[in-house]
Amino acid sequence: MAVLDHTTGSAPRPSLLNDPVFRGILYQVLVAAAVIAFFGWIILNTAQNLAAQNKTTGFDFLFRTAGFDISFTLFPWSRSSFYWQAFLAGLLNTLLVAVIGIFFATILGFTLGIARLSSNWLIARVATVYIETIRNIPLLLQLFFWYFAVLKAMPAVRQSFELPLDIFINQRGLMVPRPMPDHEFIWVVVAIVVSIILAIGIGIWATRERTATGRYPRYVINASKVADAAVSLLIGLLAFTLLGHIVTAIGANPALVWIGAVVVAALSLTRFAPIGRAILGFVFTWVILSTLLSAMFSTWSTLAIGIGSVIAGAVVAWIVQERAADRPPSEARFPTALLILIVIGIPAFIYWSTGAELAFEVPVLERFNFKGGFQLPPEFVALVFGLSIYTAAFIAENVRGGIRAVSKGQTEAAQSLGLKEGDRLRLVIVPQAMRVIVPPLTSQYLNLTKNSSLGAAIGYPELVNVFTGTTLNQTGKAIEVIAMTMAVYLTFSLLTSAFMNWYNSRVALVER
Amino acid sequence: MDNVYIRQDLVDARPAPGRTGGPIDWARHNLFSTPSNSLLTVLGALLLMWIIPPIYNFLFGHAVMPGGTVEQCRAEGAGACWAYIAARFNFFIYGFYPMTEYWRPNIVFAMLALLIIPLLIPSAPFKRTNALLFFVVFPVVSYYLLAGDVFGLRHVPTEQWGGLMVTLIISLVGIIGSIPLGILLALGRQSKLPIIKTLCVMFIELWRAVPLITVLFMASIMLPLFMPQGMTVDKLLRALVGVTLFSSAYLAEVVRGGLQALPRGQYEAGAALGLGYWKRTLLIVLPQALKNVIPGIVNTFIALFKDTSLVSIVGIFDLLNTVQAASSDINWASPTQAVTGYVFAAFMFWIFCFAMSRYSLWMERRLDTGHKR
Amino acid sequence: MTNLSVTAPEGAAMQISQTDVAVDVIDMHKWYGDFHVLRDINLKVMRGERIVIAGPSGSGKSTLIRCINRLEEHQEGHIFVNGTELTADLKRIDEVRREVGMVFQHFNLFPHLTILQNLTLAPIWVRGIPKAEAEAAAMHYLERVKIPEQANKFPGQLSGGQQQRVAIARSLCMQPKIMLFDEPTSALDPEMVKEVLDVMISLAEEGMTMLCVTHEMGFARQVANRVIFMDQGQIIEQNEPEAFFSNPQHERTKLFLSQILH
Ligand SMILES: Nc1ncnc2c1ncn2[C@@H]1O[C@H](COP(=O)(O)OP(=O)(O)OP(=O)(O)O)[C@@H](O)[C@H]1O
Ligand SMILES: [Mg+2]
Repeated sequence: MAVLDHTTGSAPRPSLLNDPVFRGILYQVLVAAAVIAFFGWIILNTAQNLAAQNKTTGFDFLFRTAGFDISFTLFPWSRSSFYWQAFLAGLLNTLLVAVIGIFFATILGFTLGIARLSSNWLIARVATVYIETIRNIPLLLQLFFWYFAVLKAMPAVRQSFELPLDIFINQRGLMVPRPMPDHEFIWVVVAIVVSIILAIGIGIWATRERTATGRYPRYVINASKVADAAVSLLIGLLAFTLLGHIVTAIGANPALVWIGAVVVAALSLTRFAPIGRAILGFVFTWVILSTLLSAMFSTWSTLAIGIGSVIAGAVVAWIVQERAADRPPSEARFPTALLILIVIGIPAFIYWSTGAELAFEVPVLERFNFKGGFQLPPEFVALVFGLSIYTAAFIAENVRGGIRAVSKGQTEAAQSLGLKEGDRLRLVIVPQAMRVIVPPLTSQYLNLTKNSSLGAAIGYPELVNVFTGTTLNQTGKAIEVIAMTMAVYLTFSLLTSAFMNWYNSRVALVER
Repeated sequence: MDNVYIRQDLVDARPAPGRTGGPIDWARHNLFSTPSNSLLTVLGALLLMWIIPPIYNFLFGHAVMPGGTVEQCRAEGAGACWAYIAARFNFFIYGFYPMTEYWRPNIVFAMLALLIIPLLIPSAPFKRTNALLFFVVFPVVSYYLLAGDVFGLRHVPTEQWGGLMVTLIISLVGIIGSIPLGILLALGRQSKLPIIKTLCVMFIELWRAVPLITVLFMASIMLPLFMPQGMTVDKLLRALVGVTLFSSAYLAEVVRGGLQALPRGQYEAGAALGLGYWKRTLLIVLPQALKNVIPGIVNTFIALFKDTSLVSIVGIFDLLNTVQAASSDINWASPTQAVTGYVFAAFMFWIFCFAMSRYSLWMERRLDTGHKR
Repeated sequence: MTNLSVTAPEGAAMQISQTDVAVDVIDMHKWYGDFHVLRDINLKVMRGERIVIAGPSGSGKSTLIRCINRLEEHQEGHIFVNGTELTADLKRIDEVRREVGMVFQHFNLFPHLTILQNLTLAPIWVRGIPKAEAEAAAMHYLERVKIPEQANKFPGQLSGGQQQRVAIARSLCMQPKIMLFDEPTSALDPEMVKEVLDVMISLAEEGMTMLCVTHEMGFARQVANRVIFMDQGQIIEQNEPEAFFSNPQHERTKLFLSQILH
């Protein structure tokens, strides 16, 4: 615009103040000067204040011994550890709780998000009530609730609740068995990693072959048929063993367990495979439901629970049977059973053949406390609970939004091309929904990580608690400590937005 | 083959077969439409049967209602101790504010309700006056009314303020302060001037990156360091500064969304009318942009309202902190004391947040249809 | 064969083999909740026939053709497609859908896939055709709809007319026996209507069985064997295009035609 003004020669030269370019520069200089002056003033004040308090600045305090205790660290900690180790301990604890929280929040959040879209009124309503309750109550309040009202109100050590699998819960937290792998066990770990990679590789290769040639490779199909029987046998053994716990006749006679499993496995090789699956569905539903019901409703009669579970089992069997009968022939099926067998079978074989052992050190109640096992402090448990439950409500909303963002027309187009439900979801709906879900999901992950700082309020030794709290109090290095804390969170945030930019540029839909 | 067909008599609509209407029909379609759905319904119902009765019994069935005694609360199997909440209710609302002066916060609450309700109703008249009263006059009047020391009002230092009152004060100051700041930051971020833009981006991204708790720590520890020697900053004021700066960064992003969504034509039309930057922005751009992001602003406010609970960490007696403090009141010590307190606080927070989120949804729908017309 | 006698008008008892009937709708009724949207629909479409369905907005045209590939389910009566009755049986529905192509008003291309991927998705995953073959076929159909050069673009980069032609090609890739069109041109700018109609006309000339909901009366005159007029969820009048346009019988038809033909 300024240029235009100059070219119209006859017009009077505008005053410098009305020239937009000049004005822009002037504004910026003024703002910059103000900001610099402001910071200068702050620095001056701070220097004077520090001098008056006889305090120095600098990061050398990091190499002094901390001299305080941290109740929970991921590496050995003693009072003679350094402050930088305290920083690291806090950071690791933050990351630990964030990772575990993210894991649970994601599972719960996706479940709730999908439930909220369910055509079942009751399920949709339950999910809605959960979301609307949880996200409208401050997280800190929820953490207080879990910590002070639930975990701190747990019985004293001597009256610990015993949960299945040798887990105990009491005022001091959650005691879980500690895995004690021996030296050979490393090979099992290697085998697990290798077999997962192998399974993924085979999966990708089979899919590629399927696309390129129109059919899955013959070896894979044949292997998958055998694997089907093997997996059926394993699941059958599990199912009938569990059944043995509620039906004494079976529990007393291991041969029956084997007979049942073998029948199911044999069925899976014939055209009666759906019936085999129906049997498994029946048994699992029966066992799980009757166990759950008798735990939940202690006043209900065993007979009623038994009858109810058997009826539910029959319904499940029917559903499973219908679904299985609708499945395409094994030639046209992704070799899931084979991949499962690889992931379970190879490590199991290595475990058995190398004689590796994985013992569990079970927590045992001694006179005053539990010995052995792994102690998860109540602060940790409360924080994981609170963060997962709270964040799940937000994730659920993102998931719901993402799924709803895929228009109904997309489903209809896929349907009218004859794509089956599974393919429809895998090829059309999920890829589109994920584009919408992933960016807000990442920021929920970041939020969860930032929110883990509230653990400080219930005494979980994460970064803010250990560093911004205790370390700052002891050293008085306010500026350094707060700057370092902020730098950590700023890094998380920058990493997240770097990821999001990358993701968005990768998946952005090309528009005109 | 004869392709001609002409209908003689129109077919009248008749009710759908197998649809009897009524609750059974409804259940058949919404709860038992398929075997899997029926199973889900049964499982859901079992879950509800498991959790609802204990919750009901705790909250109502076995609860000790206001007027009850602490002995009743201590009895085996007693539910929520509402008597305790009733007894400490004033503490939860006003904190340590002197009891004789409760009328002062009460007037503030009343003014708040009187000013905010018409402000939120889009069709209510006198928006401009209303906004002026709410954003400028109300905070000043409230401050002097609450703090006193003028017009013969007794001085009540901020250390004595507490409870829901402080929660409301912090969130209102946060939002009132962060709106102008957020707008300026958003405009700065959209600006073509590189230095201004960079400064605004840095400010916004820094605050958005760190958790509020570190901001509050910073405000309560570093702010005194930054001030000239001998100058003390009130504890509540420190928290207010922290909260305001923090939420202004979030608000700036919301406003930026509104600015970006505005069609370019609006900027150009403003320029074509010969309006300068500020006139253009104030008269044309902002009114539209802000109106469109009201839902976003309300959502920021909800987040802020919940976040105010964090000030309890730096020792301010907001609603949550009063509840937390009261839970060690030995006069009311009972097994359900703490839980009752949390449930009460949760309910208070929930009411406010839920109402605001409904409002935001309602505005969103309203704005949506407004666009289509 | 019994079902044929229901709709075959008296005296038309000629020998029609089952395979000559593409779509047979018999005494069909449909409700949306309590709203009786389709009433007493009887419609027989022979192989190779082209049917145009017209009618005022809300008369149930879309619903009718969506029932034919069971995007909507009917509550009374029968629908046979290629001799297969549409019931709740998923297997049969999939079978039918494989044979029936559908083109939507708003294209409904998959925005995350390229044009070529849009076209090969169903052949690969539904028919199990090797990728290379599917791609060759896709290119063939893209050439037919005259946009082979767009194969590697994304739907968002194409004009409306181009997108609709891709959508037609996508259906053709499944080599359907019947094509359903639901107002394929009504979301298009006027200059793009012709390019889509041209594709549809060439399809008709090749003998594809087609059911089109459209307000393009020129198209109806040129290619339709029959025009069906619907109102209030029922078929009011059906006739050959010439007679239908020049000599409508029913009052409602007359009114409708006077409104759209000015
Ligand atoms: N999913 C649905 N639920 C309830 N009612 C519906 C649904 N879909 C359509 N309708 C109603 O059914 C009637 C027929 O709809 P349909 O879409 O078949 O009309 P149409 O003849 O295609 O109209 P148009 O020319 O506007 O596309 C309309 O009154 C419509 O409101
Ligand atoms: Mg329609």
